[in-house]
Amino acid sequence: MSLPKRTFDALVIGAGGGGLRAALQLAAADFKVAVVSKVFPTRSHTVAAQGGINAALGNVTPDNWYWHMYDTVKGSDYLGDQDAIEFMCRAAAQTVYELEHYGLPFSRLDNGKIYQRPFGGQSTELGQGQATRTCAAADRTGHAMLHTLYQQNIRAKTHFFDEFYAIDLVKDEEGYVLGAVALEIETGQPLLIEARATLLATGGAARIFRTSTNALINTGDGLGMALRAGIPLQDMEFFQFHPTGIAGVGNLISEAARGEGGYLINRLGERFMERHAPANKDLASRDIVSRAILVEIREGRGCGANNDHVLLKLDHLGADKITSRLPGVRDLARRFAHVDPIEAPIPVFPTAHYMMGGIPSNRHGQVVAPTVTGPEEPVPGLYAVGECACVSVHGANRLGGNSLLDIVVFGRAAGSHMLDYLRENPYPRPIPKDAPAPALARLARWERGGTGESIPEIREAMRRIMEEHCGVFRTGDSMQVGVDKMLALRERLAHAVLHDQSKIFNTARIEALELENMLETALASIVSACARAESRGAHSRVDFPARDDDNWLKHSLYFLAGTRLDYKPVRLKPLTVDSFPPLPRVY
Amino acid sequence: MRFSIYRYHPESGAKPVMQDYVLDIAPQGKMLLDAILALQESDPTLAVRRSCREGVCGSDAMNINGRNGLACVTPLADLKQPITLRPLPGLPVIRDLIVDLTQFYQQYRSIEPYLVNHDPEPEIERLQSPAERAELDGLYECILCACCSTACPSFWWNPDKFVGPAGLLQAYRFIADSRDQATNARLDDLEDPYRLFRCHSIMNCVAVCPKDLNPTEAIGKIKALLVNRTV
Repeated sequence: MSLPKRTFDALVIGAGGGGLRAALQLAAADFKVAVVSKVFPTRSHTVAAQGGINAALGNVTPDNWYWHMYDTVKGSDYLGDQDAIEFMCRAAAQTVYELEHYGLPFSRLDNGKIYQRPFGGQSTELGQGQATRTCAAADRTGHAMLHTLYQQNIRAKTHFFDEFYAIDLVKDEEGYVLGAVALEIETGQPLLIEARATLLATGGAARIFRTSTNALINTGDGLGMALRAGIPLQDMEFFQFHPTGIAGVGNLISEAARGEGGYLINRLGERFMERHAPANKDLASRDIVSRAILVEIREGRGCGANNDHVLLKLDHLGADKITSRLPGVRDLARRFAHVDPIEAPIPVFPTAHYMMGGIPSNRHGQVVAPTVTGPEEPVPGLYAVGECACVSVHGANRLGGNSLLDIVVFGRAAGSHMLDYLRENPYPRPIPKDAPAPALARLARWERGGTGESIPEIREAMRRIMEEHCGVFRTGDSMQVGVDKMLALRERLAHAVLHDQSKIFNTARIEALELENMLETALASIVSACARAESRGAHSRVDFPARDDDNWLKHSLYFLAGTRLDYKPVRLKPLTVDSFPPLPRVY
Repeated sequence: MRFSIYRYHPESGAKPVMQDYVLDIAPQGKMLLDAILALQESDPTLAVRRSCREGVCGSDAMNINGRNGLACVTPLADLKQPITLRPLPGLPVIRDLIVDLTQFYQQYRSIEPYLVNHDPEPEIERLQSPAERAELDGLYECILCACCSTACPSFWWNPDKFVGPAGLLQAYRFIADSRDQATNARLDDLEDPYRLFRCHSIMNCVAVCPKDLNPTEAIGKIKALLVNRTV
């Protein structure tokens, strides 16, 4: 069978905020850019981001990028790379203004400037007061951002491959990435998309957990593609549990609810964060608040008939504030928790939310991997940004409001670097005849008939392993059991079959391919977690409760071959300012 | 619970049929999408689009007991049985509950849905008062789910020529934005017997919008602007 081919200058895989921001940079410079997305672009998960985007505009309280940098380094529990963090925090204001010029409908202050609200883990003057740094469009900031970026790409005439599912990268012998093979979901036909530069912007993978704030499409597709291309994954043990998923269902209630003055209470009506984080209380970092909730529940102060959640109280804010600043939160609470926060508190529970780790990249968005010539060599022609990447600005724990910032700052930076790369590499390299073969073999594997386990069975088993063995609190023994179970499950997946072999819009086939990516992501996460014998940020070991900078101030690298781990140093040296040395992390 | 679901598999050569399903599920606190996902576990051939499962991405629009809506925010307990699910009306069906939205997206693109401002860009944000920004409320929240346009008889008749409620709502979103400078060009583009004036205020769009938006009102404002422009 001959494989149809389309040729572009650049290929962007994923149409969330990171992919669309990069595509815009490329299309606006008159390069031919293709965006491949398994869903129509505005259905990407950026749309669900609520609270806002951090930038030290100083519209409400005095602020500057350096304070933002300090908070981000501290929030990362010192695992973040300080060069990338300085780059992001310096770029934040300009990037937000640019979004405003694109038309993003930010909420406004009385003086006409962009509305900002306080968020967790942010401070003025290096930990002194509470900052007000998160720029917001009500509590629909991600929706407003994603639609605005899609609209600008319409203006720039970006070429979209909507509902195409990327299978695998295509490489030559020298390691240059030459594009990707994608499956047209509507027809079931594969397509080779040739490009001199390829960007992975495929988002997160928190669907590897049973209860998740994430969209069903967050299945780690870019992570699977990177692993199969021989690229390691970095810091995969660090998964953020958001303190306020709606209990039982997992839908996110934005940190904006606490930023606007809401707070958590236990069964006794106590504002328990006063005990766990005396200075910042409910606006401590997410890892701290999530653990505090679980401690309250474990010590018998949980709410409800089963004492299995806590309550997020908003009713004291008044109807006006809730309807103007938190309309989406109110909507979600009414629909999914069956309470109106104007009248009653919302039952919440820590819920898998965000992957700090991912495909190792640098501040230009280049994917970097160890080679014989050095520990962090760029993979030629390959870029990664956003949640699928690990640049690493979030380290061991991301601050609220920094993910929307991450995607636009590094989406823009990657787009700019790709422009340079395209100019330096003006002609496509020949695609070896057998280069697409691994991708096609991956597709062909699911055409095998016969009997075997179904996809939903194995998917559910994977999620239970992650929940049981790799949750908020972890122990070495339990994680080792989890690793063994996950390896056994991987074997079962290799023998699973697709019962529906039809071609046209076969969603079961897509789910099978997604599960392969999810399972490799889950394995990377639990193997990396099992090895890290310390507690740092979101990775909390009951058997190693302290941070251990002597032995573990380093990034994990997980390789698919042999499920092997390696490590590389944290980049503690910023671009221009002095390094923030690791200090005890107190909120 | 009992379901009757539109099934169409173009590869099979068979005509579309309504297939009955029975599902053992406690409806309390669950959404229709939960039931559909449970049905897929036993029948993986049943195809549906879905993503955010909370009403912000707009993927799982379908016709539910005769009315367009999003499966993920439709409480299961509120639905009369058998729960009858069909694809959004008026558009070509690709498979089962999945329709071809090309014409819907084309109409969205046709209104040039992006901010136009020719002034030099200031170093900071363009200023906009809270009152000016409030003009965008009820407009920018659209999720492009297509519930409204595919509930509109005018769109059924002329999906190639009538912009439809979703596209017109977005056209007005930019007209209403104090930062946009293309109002006259936008009005010129819509001053057309089909593009705008096929709207006869039937208001199906308002009745079905899962985000409680009001395209008819926005269309009325565009019409008023056109009238004011001529006097």
